[in-house]
Parts: sequence; structure tokens; C-alpha cells
Amino acid sequence: MFRIVRTDVLAPTVTRFEIEAPFIARKRKAGNFVMVRLDNQGERIPLTLADSNPASGTITLIVQAVGKTTKQLCAMKAGDSILDVVGPLGTPTPIAMHGTVVCVGGGVGTAELYPIARALKEAGNTVLSIVGARSHDLVILEPEMKAISDALYVTTDDGSYGKKGFVTDQLKDLLDTVPGIGAVFAIGPLPMMKAVSTLTRPYNVHTLVSLNTIMVDGTGMCGGCRVTINGAMKFACVDGPEFDGHSVDFDELMMRNRTYADLERVSDQKHACRLAGTTQESLR
Amino acid sequence: MTASNPLKPSERMKIPRQEPLEQDPQERSTNFLEVSFGFDMDRTLVEAQRCLDCKTPYCIDGCPVGIDIPGFIRLVLEKDYVGAVRKIREANYLPAICGRVCPQETQCEEVCVLAKKLTPVAIGKLERFVADYEMREKLFEAPVIKEHRDEKVAIVGSGPAGLTCAAELAQKGYRVTIFEALHATGGVLRYGIPEFRLPKEILDLETERIKALGVEIYTNFVIGRTATIDELFDEWGFSAIFLATGAGTPTFMGIPGENLSGVYSANEFLTRVNLMGAYRFPDTDTPIRIGKEVAVIGGGNTAMDAVRTAKRLGAEKAYLIYRRSRQEMPARQEEIHHAEQEGIQLLLLTNPTRIIGDAHNWVSAIECQRMELGEPDESGRRKPVPVKGSEFVLEVQTIVEAIGQKPNPIIQSTTPGLTTSKRGTVVTDEMQKTSRPGIFAGGDLARGGATVILAMRDGKQASVAIHTYLADKRAAQLPSHL
Repeated sequence: MFRIVRTDVLAPTVTRFEIEAPFIARKRKAGNFVMVRLDNQGERIPLTLADSNPASGTITLIVQAVGKTTKQLCAMKAGDSILDVVGPLGTPTPIAMHGTVVCVGGGVGTAELYPIARALKEAGNTVLSIVGARSHDLVILEPEMKAISDALYVTTDDGSYGKKGFVTDQLKDLLDTVPGIGAVFAIGPLPMMKAVSTLTRPYNVHTLVSLNTIMVDGTGMCGGCRVTINGAMKFACVDGPEFDGHSVDFDELMMRNRTYADLERVSDQKHACRLAGTTQESLR
Repeated sequence: MTASNPLKPSERMKIPRQEPLEQDPQERSTNFLEVSFGFDMDRTLVEAQRCLDCKTPYCIDGCPVGIDIPGFIRLVLEKDYVGAVRKIREANYLPAICGRVCPQETQCEEVCVLAKKLTPVAIGKLERFVADYEMREKLFEAPVIKEHRDEKVAIVGSGPAGLTCAAELAQKGYRVTIFEALHATGGVLRYGIPEFRLPKEILDLETERIKALGVEIYTNFVIGRTATIDELFDEWGFSAIFLATGAGTPTFMGIPGENLSGVYSANEFLTRVNLMGAYRFPDTDTPIRIGKEVAVIGGGNTAMDAVRTAKRLGAEKAYLIYRRSRQEMPARQEEIHHAEQEGIQLLLLTNPTRIIGDAHNWVSAIECQRMELGEPDESGRRKPVPVKGSEFVLEVQTIVEAIGQKPNPIIQSTTPGLTTSKRGTVVTDEMQKTSRPGIFAGGDLARGGATVILAMRDGKQASVAIHTYLADKRAAQLPSHL
């Protein structure tokens, strides 16, 4: 069992968890993830490690409540325990000195981007960061990102905060005006990462993206996470999750990720009904 | 005549081989309950009388772990079922599992003297009966460990090789810790073999019995990630390590359309159902997708498990596509027979050439071509050759590829000095020693894809080798004048 020691609500549907997992905390590197299973009926879901503290033996996860399991997790409190957490999994982000790098985070992807941006900064890079969200209340980790960035740009789709528009608008500005950008790191929804990769291609700037895929075990066993990279089959869980954005077949992955969309809704609704049922019972 | 068997050999040879009780094929193809009920006590006693108790028992040589088969059958005849299962456990700590999944027909039963002219003694079913009897009557007692030793041994992987090695070393008095990457123990016994062939309750019980020997088990612990092999030696203080991580990486055919929705590796398909309980969705959270028509590609036991699972999940038509003929199928005869009884359609001498998708990127059909057998290949089996112009299209919505697995590379790539083969297996000598002192390996990790019992054999062999290795190390540390 893995005890939750602290929770913070970062945005209406986004919660940060600190969880006791001393073995994982010792070994975590930027870009690693864990597989989490909440209870005996639970599914295994991949969650990126946002941070860790080897001294206190805790790991940090930042979770957006989107499906059955993430909603159930986001309803958990400090003191509650998670049945299974395994990791750190995946190949860590290659951290090198590129000169100037742009780190682009979309939505909750910013949580995954943060440890990478920090590691890039620590490696001596000039870090320009772009954080995008649909609206102001969904902008997360702004102070944290600001602290490790040489410049931080915020964009919102509705213009309720920062610059109105998409992260790609801001990225284009930077690519056009800042000389010597050596690499772009983009993490967010697949359409965003695809748009970033399409944008950077003519600039010939190395672009790394982090793919979220279907996964069961997370250790290279099921092959559910297979993606096409430069025409070859790769497993996101062990070969990735980060890949060269210019080599990824995004369209195929977006379609694959919809495989269980309807069944996920079934599971989600059942969970919602169960919650409603419990509330009614406890009211009696 | 012997003390335990009053019948003369000629009389024993007149008794027909007993048939196990089985769930009705129609009924069982819609549930996940165990197919075979094995023998009841009457059948067990009749079948045990068939054993000729040969002076030279070939059956023992036919058993990869060398169970004293005539010895346990004698105890069965004396109705000492618990004595019989204890006799088996001297050589094999997991009898309830072996009695179910071992291919006895190519091992002990194949070399049974009766097999030449008649039918062999049903050794597997007898093994299963005594193991189940002990379980049902709750008569298990953990063996007493006579001598405790200080050395710690780490076992990586809790499949059949790992569990067996752990049980053997714990009985020798070592402090044994198993590291398992998944959240549950058993390896392929858990994620691969379906409930209808090996109920998970039995696996749980056998695992509890290993814990009863004092073995410590860490689940959710990926060696190579959560801790490395070198950390196990240097920081955790283990004196020897047995690697038994199996062959868990799926292979794909490399034909067009494999990334369409609805195409699974056998590993993913079976893991969803067996480990994650997808057959109970939405009571469990892990979904599985099953079309009206399902094709499973491959001819081994994994393919059989997958196609029979597909049928149970509601497929109206479940096809098994195999490129050679029935004779070359690596699956157990019993499994092929059971599958056909359940209405599985075998498409033999057939090879898929591409997978066809619909507008939503879902599988809609598979294109295959007919094959014919040509000259024998390296494996000695006749090589399938495509028949020109024989392509045809089969409508299916789900495809499962069960064409073989490779070892997972995580440990090999994080352990310097560990020699591996081209196929990705860890190279060992006949004592299961790897290229690095103190590291041993076995099961599918060393073999690249074999049976449960061969994995158990390796686990047992490794326990002997580790015992010798540690004894030599101890001796080397003693002052020279002793």
C-alpha cells in the first residue's frame, strides 16, 4: 500500500499528490512514469512523475480527473492509500546542453514538463517556457515554471489570462525572433504536440514529445502502447514515452487512443452511479 | 503383485485408462470455470491400479523434475493421498499447477511402458487428484526447515521458475526474497494461463505455501528500474540472484494494419482478461474489445488460450489461423481437442498477409493466403510455402497475434557483463550459471519460450547450483588451517 501524505488542488480538476514510495523516489529521473492501480477491481494507469523527494521517500503526481480512475483518485485525501504503484518506468528524458531550449506545456502536460524543464535548466540551458491552457483557472504550476525559466509565456485559448491563443502562436514568435533555439520539448494533448511538431519541422529544430498511449503493464509486456516512429513499431512504455516529434505518426496514435472511448464512458458512469448510491445510503 | 497392488500385471493391463470428468463443451464455452474436473476418488483408485510399478521406471526420467511417480502411485493405492502429494512435493513444490498444465503426453506419460501397446497411466490426473485432495481437506503442512542459513538470495520474477527456485532454496534454509514487477505473483501462470485451465485460487494457494516457507515477496518491484541487479548485491546484501523474468515481450508479424484498433498481442489480450479481470467489466475497470468474429494467429498453447478466451467473451465465430498443418502445431493435443469441442474453427495451412481496417481505423477483415508444406526447415518441420493466387479475405473485428514472445530486455540492458544471445535470451550453462558470478538464470528468459515444467526444472537446477556456489563461497572464507 502507498499512503498519500498530502494533496493540493491546483485547478478545478487537477490535484497534486505526494505519495510515500521510497524505492521509486530514490530512482526517479525526469521523464519517468509510474503505473497506478487504486484497488482490487482497478485498472492500471500510467501517470508521469512530476517530482520526488528521496529524503522523505515521497513522489509527486499531478492528476487531472478525466476518466473513472483519475476521478476516483482525485477524490482521495491525505491518509488514504493506493494499492499499487510501480516504477520508475520508461526511458528518462535525455538531458543535454542545447544552448537555448523552449519547453511547451499544454494543460496538465505542464506537470510532466516541469521536471524536464528544471533538469534542462540545471544542465545549463537557457529555458524559455510556454504554458498553455483553455482558460485561466486551468493554468497550473505557473510560479514553479517561472522559477526555473529564463522567460515564461502563458497563453489561454479564451484569452482569460496571458496571451489569447494557442501555445503554437507563441512558439512561432519565439522561433522567428530568438536566435539559436537548439531544441523544443512539448508535452500536452496529442493534437497540441502534433501542431508543435508540424510547426518546428520547417525550422529544423529538434522536437521531443511525450506520448500518452493505451497501456496495461507499462513494462514492455502488452504492446498496447505501440506507436509508429519513422515507420517502425516502438513501445511507448520502454522505448519512450518521449520520441522525436517529427517521426511520430500522430494520426494513427490518436485513432488508437479512441479504442475504448465508449467502454471508458460505461466505466465512468457506473462509478458516478455508485458514488451517488453511496451518498443516498449515507443520507438515510 | 506388490503389497500395495494385489492385481497381477496382466489384470492391470486389462483396465482401461480412466477418462477425466469435464464440463460440457457447449456450457463451458460461455463461462470461465475450469474445463476439467480431473478424477474423482473412484477413478483415481482404478487408474492407480493400472501402474505396473516397473523395475526401471522410465516415467521418472520422462519427468523434467524427476518426481518418484511409481512411489506416489503406490501411496495412492494405499489411499494415503497426503503421503502421495508429499512424495511429489519432494521433487516439485507446485503439484496442483503441474497436474493441470504439464504436457504429460510428451513427458512422463509418453515413456510409460503401457504407452507402447495400450494407453499410458494418467499420471497427470493422479497428481492433480492428490494435490486437490490435500487442498480440499486442508491437510497441507509446510515442510520443516532443519537448518537456517544467513545468506540472502534474490529471485527476480515470480513465475514457475522463480517460485520453484524460491521454494527449494527456502527449504535449504536460505533467506529468500522474490521481486515481482506486476501487482500479483505467478508470472505467466497469472497473466497468461486462463482461469478455465488454471483457477487463480489454486495459484494463490500455492503462492501462500511458498510464503509459509518464510519467503518474502515484493510485488510492484521492477528489477532494472526500481533497483538494479548491482544494487541488490551491493546495497541489499544479496549473495546470489536467480533471474526468471520469462519471455514477456510480444512479437508481431510485421504485416500491414497491425496498429489498427482491435489488434492485440496475445500478451495484451490475455493480460487484460486474466490479470486484470476484463471478462468481468464493468465490475472491473479494465475493458476488452471482442468482435462478433475473432481471429487468433498462431498454433501454440498461447494461441489456444487466446482463441478459447475469445469464444468465452462472446465471439460468435472464433478462428485459429495457423500456417502449418495440425501435426506441426506446438499446442498440447488436449488443448486442440478442447478447442474444437468448444466450436473453435481451425484454419490450417493459412497465413495472414494483411489486416484491413474501416474508416474509423477499426479492424474489419484479415487477408490470408493458403500454404502448402515444402521441404523441412532448421526446426525439422516442413516449411510452409504460399500457394500463388490463393488469397482470400475473412471478415473479423478482433485479431490476436500469438506468434511467440521474447525476453523482456530491461534487466539485460541494466546489468553490465550479462551475456545474452541474438534472440535476447540470457546465456547460461547447464547449471543455469550466467556469465556473471553469483547470477543464475532460467525458464523462458534462458530458453526463449518453453513450458511451465521446464521453467520449474530450471528453477530447481538453479537452486542446486546456488547452494553449491554459496557453500563454495563459505568454504573459501574459512581460515586455511581448517
